[in-house]
Amino acid sequence: MLIVGELINTSRKAIGEAVDKKDANYIQKVAIEQKEAGADYLDVNCGTKVFNEVETMEWLVNTVQEVVQIPLCIDSPDPKVLEAGLALCKYGRSMINSISGEQKRFEAVLPLISKYNAKVVALCMDDQGMPETSGDRMRVVKSLYSNLSAAGILDEDMYFDPLFKPVSSVQTAGTEVLETIKLIKEDYPNVHFMCGLSNVSYGLPNRKILNRLFVVQTMTLGMDGYVLNPTDKAMMGTIYASTVLLGQDEYCMGYIAAHRNGLYEA
Amino acid sequence: MSSLAELAQAVFQGDFRGSSVITQQLIDSGVTPMEIINQGLLAGMDIVAPKFKAGEMFVPEVMMSARALSEGMKLVKPLISDEDASKAATIVIGTVQGDLHDIGKNLVVMLLESGGFNVIDLGVDVAPDKFVAAIKEHSPKFVGLSALLTTTMMAMKETIDAIKEAGLRDQVTIMVGGAPLSQEFADQIGADVYCLDAVAAKEAAAGIVANAAR
Repeated sequence: MLIVGELINTSRKAIGEAVDKKDANYIQKVAIEQKEAGADYLDVNCGTKVFNEVETMEWLVNTVQEVVQIPLCIDSPDPKVLEAGLALCKYGRSMINSISGEQKRFEAVLPLISKYNAKVVALCMDDQGMPETSGDRMRVVKSLYSNLSAAGILDEDMYFDPLFKPVSSVQTAGTEVLETIKLIKEDYPNVHFMCGLSNVSYGLPNRKILNRLFVVQTMTLGMDGYVLNPTDKAMMGTIYASTVLLGQDEYCMGYIAAHRNGLYEA
Repeated sequence: MSSLAELAQAVFQGDFRGSSVITQQLIDSGVTPMEIINQGLLAGMDIVAPKFKAGEMFVPEVMMSARALSEGMKLVKPLISDEDASKAATIVIGTVQGDLHDIGKNLVVMLLESGGFNVIDLGVDVAPDKFVAAIKEHSPKFVGLSALLTTTMMAMKETIDAIKEAGLRDQVTIMVGGAPLSQEFADQIGADVYCLDAVAAKEAAAGIVANAAR
């Protein structure tokens, strides 16, 4: 299970403002909190700073790495921004968020994967548009897997993102994802998964409940990576419990330790 | 015998069967098409908008109301006089070049179409010159630009610039929307209206049309 902490994203008001004011202390506080809550990677996304995304990415990566020594997930659709962030990453193996089957994007991002020895999140979409069915997604997975393998990327460094859409607008958003996970596990048993969890609950009330339950549903099918808020205790508690129930927590030690650390206290 | 108020309620409740039945009853009893549209159908949607903004109603409910509105419109539209029909405002809308996201844009299309607008939906990944060609072809009052990626937000600017270069800027009201956008960005690229969401887009367009009619 790979947890990527999602909080350092300039579309979040407090982060956006901290970036504008160059408030490094606040950014570092959020980074430390996520790491202590159990994040394996920290996502860094400054896509809303359209006019100076490269400089902002550099500042964020440097600021975060002053206080935490865990690998970063560099998040941008712009290859220039990806490279700017990756070049400064110092700890562990960075993650590229993301590549897709869109031709220009694939060609621009592919070389960065080997250049920076990074893991890569691969979105199941291509130039034909947003996939509607699990079949659409598998078409892209097949092609992406083949092209990434041909470039020497190992299965275990691929993190497929089955594309979570809001169930409020697309009734089949949940089932499309569950089916896709199942099919990917059948055909490519050694690859991993990643996703932007909170998309699924967009537009509905009580989003936290929907997000938590979808984590359980997807974990049951085999999903093993999430971009989420690790400081959300109820979410992390759900994940530890789900892990134990799926037989993936030896002697239930992760769950028991989480309990002793007060994760389940009201 | 149902009233216009009951029709508005049916739309507000998302009762598309009720909306259909009541609309037909009102037509049969001689209520004018424009009254049915304005005081029945659109009035129902007007109840939805502030509740959605206040977080009391949610996207699926807006979709249901749009459907109820649509079912009523289907029956009334053929009865509108040519003169009134030609007043239906046209909007050319699309997701900008390089961007394939369309859920939000489709919600806007649904709301505007059901509200009586003439919607020309160009789809996704629409190049600036395709927008320009559509404006020349359809002479719309509105142009709607949607984007979900920060990389494609700049394509909005390119599209607006292309419309200016083609000498068409003054003929259209440009509305922009999408998750990464802001009022600030909309101002910077020279858009006329920034729309927070689909309901805001529909309100803005309907408001502009109503003001122009005064």
